[in-house]
Amino acid sequence: MNELLKFITCGSVDDGKSTLIGHILYDSKLLYADQEQALLLDSQVGSRAGKIDYSLLLDGLMAEREQGITIDVAYRYFTTEKRSFIVADTPGHEEYTRNMAVGASFADLAVILVDASQGVLVQTRRHARICKLMGIRHFVFAVNKMDLIDYEESTFNMIQTEIIALSETLGLDHVKVIPLSATEGYNVTRKSDQMQWYKGAALLPFLEDVNISGIASSSPSEAPVAPVYASVSSRPVFDDSSDTEFGFYMPVQRVCRPDHTFRGFQGQIEAGHIKVGDEVQALPSGETAIVKTIHLTDRAVDEASIGEPVTIQLDREVDVSRGCVIASGADLTVSKSLLATLLWMDDEPLAINKEYLIKIGTKQLPCIVSRLDHKVDVNTGEKLEADQLHKNEIGLCEISLSGVSVIDKFELHKTLGELILIDRMSHATAAGGVVEDVTLKTKSGTTFVDAEQSLSLAIFDTYVFDENLGNIIRKAPESKTYQIGENLPLSQLGYDYPADFDVYIDDKFLSVRDGKFAGIANVSASACANATACANVTNGADDETTTDIVQRSEYPAINEYGIGLSDDGSLQPFATYRTVIYS
Amino acid sequence: MAHTHLDTLEAEAIYILREVAAECEKPVMLYSIGKDSSVMLHLALKAFYPEKPPFPFMHIDTSWKFKEMIEFRDKQAAKLGIDMIVYRNEEAIAAGINPFDHGSSYTDILKTQALKQALTKYGFTAAFGGGRRDEEKSRAKERIFSFRSADHAWDPKNQRPELWKLFNTQIYKGESTRVFPISNWTEKDIWQYIQREKIEIVPLYFAKERPIVERDGNIIMADDDRLKLESGEKIEYKNVRFRTLGCYPLTGGVESDADTLDEVIEETLGAATSERTSRVIDHEAAGSMERRKREGYF
Repeated sequence: MNELLKFITCGSVDDGKSTLIGHILYDSKLLYADQEQALLLDSQVGSRAGKIDYSLLLDGLMAEREQGITIDVAYRYFTTEKRSFIVADTPGHEEYTRNMAVGASFADLAVILVDASQGVLVQTRRHARICKLMGIRHFVFAVNKMDLIDYEESTFNMIQTEIIALSETLGLDHVKVIPLSATEGYNVTRKSDQMQWYKGAALLPFLEDVNISGIASSSPSEAPVAPVYASVSSRPVFDDSSDTEFGFYMPVQRVCRPDHTFRGFQGQIEAGHIKVGDEVQALPSGETAIVKTIHLTDRAVDEASIGEPVTIQLDREVDVSRGCVIASGADLTVSKSLLATLLWMDDEPLAINKEYLIKIGTKQLPCIVSRLDHKVDVNTGEKLEADQLHKNEIGLCEISLSGVSVIDKFELHKTLGELILIDRMSHATAAGGVVEDVTLKTKSGTTFVDAEQSLSLAIFDTYVFDENLGNIIRKAPESKTYQIGENLPLSQLGYDYPADFDVYIDDKFLSVRDGKFAGIANVSASACANATACANVTNGADDETTTDIVQRSEYPAINEYGIGLSDDGSLQPFATYRTVIYS
Repeated sequence: MAHTHLDTLEAEAIYILREVAAECEKPVMLYSIGKDSSVMLHLALKAFYPEKPPFPFMHIDTSWKFKEMIEFRDKQAAKLGIDMIVYRNEEAIAAGINPFDHGSSYTDILKTQALKQALTKYGFTAAFGGGRRDEEKSRAKERIFSFRSADHAWDPKNQRPELWKLFNTQIYKGESTRVFPISNWTEKDIWQYIQREKIEIVPLYFAKERPIVERDGNIIMADDDRLKLESGEKIEYKNVRFRTLGCYPLTGGVESDADTLDEVIEETLGAATSERTSRVIDHEAAGSMERRKREGYF
């Protein structure tokens, strides 16, 4: 029994990628006899009549065979004495960037093919960038077709220099460069005499020994082989000795309740380890509890660690359901908004402010992409101004969730930084992405400041019906801070507030008198109950139009406060003073 | 702590099982009684422990399965206390559709059509299958969550991209999802896991003296008297076992003396033919499996 290595192969049509993998399978005698026969048979009807075409092993779908290209991700399996492997073979064309991303999200390591006769090309950069984006930390650059350059060391060295430079630009963690010839089988499964100047391992032996766990290995064969094993990491968070995430966390998949005596939380441990008796925190509620029992599948255990499917019982009732996270020492964030790099995957382009479903960890909820900051050229990495994101394009976006979720930066806690967007109408997986930053507070356009404190309110936001989206969207005004005594724009298109009122929020009053900001006062909840001019936080008890928005989107800040009329003292829901703008 | 590849594969499958139970409205696990199904059932028992699997199991019975398979199915269901639905296309069975006279339309009517009928009848929105990507080239490209239109068709060119462990389970009424938790297992992994977990499998996997006839190079077992002998054929008794199980007239056995799990594994892992060869149905033109899958075969 040995470890599993999942890797992806990236290369363009002519790089000989399928041939390389086909050759590994063939050379290692990993083919069953009937598959081998089928291969010989298929080769004869193909273009390379008579000669074995190893790539036929990998191109599965009929459409692809006809076109002679790989359009989807194909998975292949093989085992050697030392390791089990799963290969995701992906297409190299730019129009199949999303397919490559799918393969990359699955893999621990990327084998990127470089044509020795051409060197590092635009597609090499694209492939490396996408693999890096999807979280791959180990890279092998297979400099293929060495036969075409007469196995020249100097040419290889030039290409290697280009690769190291690219690795530094992208911040790739672990990089290995191997010269080989897939068609001849040199340096594929064993070292070739043709390139005696190359002192490193052949491809397959390297893959058998490479340590991807981040845990230091005692095996001498896994030591970096200088100078071709270049570690170019200069990342602030991880150094080479520790690729592991800090703390313990487990996103809750489901609550297991076979009877009233048992209530366990089921999920897979994504980092760290846990023991019976440990104190953990349930997020987003923040309640703490002690671990009472742990089951590793159907076995009661004292402790469990990363990668294991467990059922955890806590010593007290806590507010935990699917989408929550049980954690300790991981310093995770709970937020409603985030900044993410998205790779757009749907034929329908990104629509700003349209409602999508977002899935992060085991949590799924509505969201909107509120802003596209810029697009990134997948080939060069250049930031481009953009107001649209189309299929296979990458962009940095701001996303607002309809409620809080446990999120973290992808580079800190990978699983809570991975996301997909789902189109609510077509149900297509519209985008995949990674969290670059978590914004802790929902930004509001309007802030009130008195001598002691400040309050941010979405009071001057407007609600506009967008015909194209068929949905009502919220628009924040230009950022503005009001001081005591300043006149407020109380009557505008979209809202009409009275001249005197108080807003109650977070145990504070914001007072408006004579159309001017009059100050902020701290109150206790009981004081509020006695006040004639305040309203409690309302939840969905608004008028019909607003309720409609709330049901559709449940955006933050709409119902977080109430408003009260001061003329007759009756409480009015905040939204009474708002109307939806139909343009 | 390093995990073996079986630990990794088990964890992946359990994660998928739990995701479906949590997100899909009405799941079912298809149960074919074969070794892959035995592994799936075992995984389901482990995934939800101490709860029983929160979905029923369903066997599509063509009425031509080996007798030992049916006995095994009923024994397992009773022993484990799971909900086992058996569905048969009774109309077609009554009409006498059989594997001898009706060739490939037999598979379509008693398996594919029956499966569609059953899924529609019970309104299942997600069906677990034991398909593995190493079995056949078109399966190598199928997603773990494979979306099916209201008429159960698969569109290989329009698959939902599947990233990390974030599965898109959204469907409209009438549509459904096929879910393959052991997509990434190989035949070798299945056998090793059966050995490690001591999973019970149908005795047909072990060599025993059985009544057989040789037909078109295949060893076919005379499981009952519905097997009509053609001229020149005669029933012989040989030590045979089966690498895959299905309808007995369509399942080729292999001559073997391997009657323990260790021996079977040793023979299998050293074997020179991949397992689907013994399924008669696969010996068609290239791409036959892909074509059948588009039409709704599992």
